[in-house]
Amino acid sequence: MGAIYRREMSSFFTSGLGYVFLTVFYAVSGYYFYDKVIESGLSDTSPMFESMLIMFVFLVPILTMRLISEEKKNRTDQGILTAPISLWELVLGKYFAAMTLFVIAESIIFVYAIIIRYLGDVVWSTLLGNYFAMLILGGAFIAIGLFVSSLTENQMTSAVVSLVIMLILYYYDETLLEKIQSDSIVKVAAMAAAFFIVYRIVSVVSGNYAISTASGAGAAGVVFAVFHFAIKEISVDKIQRFLSEFSFHTRYVEFTKGVFSVPSILFFISTAFLFNFFTIRVLEKRRWS
Amino acid sequence: MIEVKHLTKKYGDKLAVNDISFKVEKGEILGFLGPNGAGKSTTMNMLTGYISSTSGQVLINGADILEEPKKAKANIGYLPEIPPLYLDMTVDAYLSFMFDLKKCKLPRKAHLKDVCDLCKISDVRHRIIKNLSKGYKQRVGLAQALINNPPVLILDEPTVGLDPNQIIEIRSLIKKLGKRHTVILSSHILPEIQAVCDRIIIINKGVVAADGTADDIAKNITNEHKMTLRIEGQNHSKDDKEEIVSELRKIDGIKYVRADMEREKGIYDYDVETDGKTDVRRAINKLCAEKGWNILMLQLSDLTLEDIFLKITMGDGIDADSDKKAQDKKPVRINLMTEAEEKAAMEAAKEAAADKDNEGGEE
Repeated sequence: MGAIYRREMSSFFTSGLGYVFLTVFYAVSGYYFYDKVIESGLSDTSPMFESMLIMFVFLVPILTMRLISEEKKNRTDQGILTAPISLWELVLGKYFAAMTLFVIAESIIFVYAIIIRYLGDVVWSTLLGNYFAMLILGGAFIAIGLFVSSLTENQMTSAVVSLVIMLILYYYDETLLEKIQSDSIVKVAAMAAAFFIVYRIVSVVSGNYAISTASGAGAAGVVFAVFHFAIKEISVDKIQRFLSEFSFHTRYVEFTKGVFSVPSILFFISTAFLFNFFTIRVLEKRRWS
Repeated sequence: MIEVKHLTKKYGDKLAVNDISFKVEKGEILGFLGPNGAGKSTTMNMLTGYISSTSGQVLINGADILEEPKKAKANIGYLPEIPPLYLDMTVDAYLSFMFDLKKCKLPRKAHLKDVCDLCKISDVRHRIIKNLSKGYKQRVGLAQALINNPPVLILDEPTVGLDPNQIIEIRSLIKKLGKRHTVILSSHILPEIQAVCDRIIIINKGVVAADGTADDIAKNITNEHKMTLRIEGQNHSKDDKEEIVSELRKIDGIKYVRADMEREKGIYDYDVETDGKTDVRRAINKLCAEKGWNILMLQLSDLTLEDIFLKITMGDGIDADSDKKAQDKKPVRINLMTEAEEKAAMEAAKEAAADKDNEGGEE
């Protein structure tokens, strides 16, 4: 793990990617600091931290885009996959390298803290809570970016796909869910889900497109019938509440308001773990295909 | 040292490697020969654990590459077809990275210096790999494989893209390495394999087509012998040519005669193939004496590895009895066809035998 980690770290700086990441991070967060804290005249840092989420959405893909895709493209993966190390060491080495750079970047807030100190009082609990929140949110985002990077050989594809995923995660919150008021959307979504799940299972088992399409359509029909005859009224509220549990945005904003919620911490950490695990599965799968 | 048992790899429905088995002993240099797309690289990738096999087993020093990957991989140094180089690193930084990656316990400075000296890259150690020439990149790739002195070296086309001088250097280096390491070397360049390897495995369409030393394979693949004759007729004309060809064909043991180009004025060369059992040189001499012709040249040309390779990979030229002969003589095996092809081939052989009977005059 150490070898991979050190190489990735030095590669961030020889390729210039690390400098780009840090520069943009400092510039944009500096702007938010000026705009939300200095300009407002309040020592409350919450608005600044809330705005910074969108910055992560754009910057994390830069950090993770080449981590695995480049190895595959340059065939250097043949070197590391035939070395006597495990896939966990490989993936975690890369993951922690990106995390380190992220920590270096976010530690800029201590500089801001010093500036605030000159002008007024620093609310250390909010500041440290947010530092930690950024850390675990970044951890989850980086794991997702790393996973996307393992799926493709092309850095640009990797960056764009991770950006799209992170944008969706950014906009995925209660306000978005509230727009899905009508239960017809829920019905359609459930039918589509039933179709694709059954289609996929049947196509793996039978390998026949006609049969799998037919059984997928059948499953969708069953779901429709269930909605139409059995559950006449859907309690949209409940579904919404369930879905909003997965909102990165809501959970992060909670932190910036000063709520230190343990479920959210577990949520971000398990997301990070899960996606690192997926990355390993992807690498493993590639060997077996 | 390396034991491969019934190794098979399928990509979807495509069979890339089909039931390959072989053993490599310690200190042996094994050449892996085959045309492009024969399954050489796939086999090597399976040997090194880069990809998994569909079925079969690879044992490196007794450790299964899939069951105990760390133990098995620690014994291998691998140079893939495209060396796995990080182009933005310096040679030193890269080798140092590989040193860490392989968890090498040897003294770092001294070991890296040894490896660099061996591969003759000491003068480029501080340069960025991106800026090196192809030959140097290849050598850095080789140096990387040598780190931690692995007992097994697997080199996939190590001389591809190098200039002749570099090729000679790398070859002699591999020969030198063969004294301390077990080496598997793949190539589609025949002289290279011939020059470097103790033993050769010819692989074609995913199966082992031949396995043995170059001489073994040559002896077993065919029992024909070729010679080239230059005979001066009496008239120095084309009539001579036809007469000589037809007379030569009458000699016992000559299978095939073909008149070649006019080499000197009115004098032609003749390619003669014998059945390999009879020595026809005296009979030819006698014939010429009787007819008043002069033999100006007689050159025996045994099959080169090149001919063998062509014969095997083009899938022709091996008749039923050389095949039988080959099967009698272990350890050299000739196994040209997959099972599916075998039926078709047997029928083809029957037809060929019938044809031969018809052409009796030529035999």
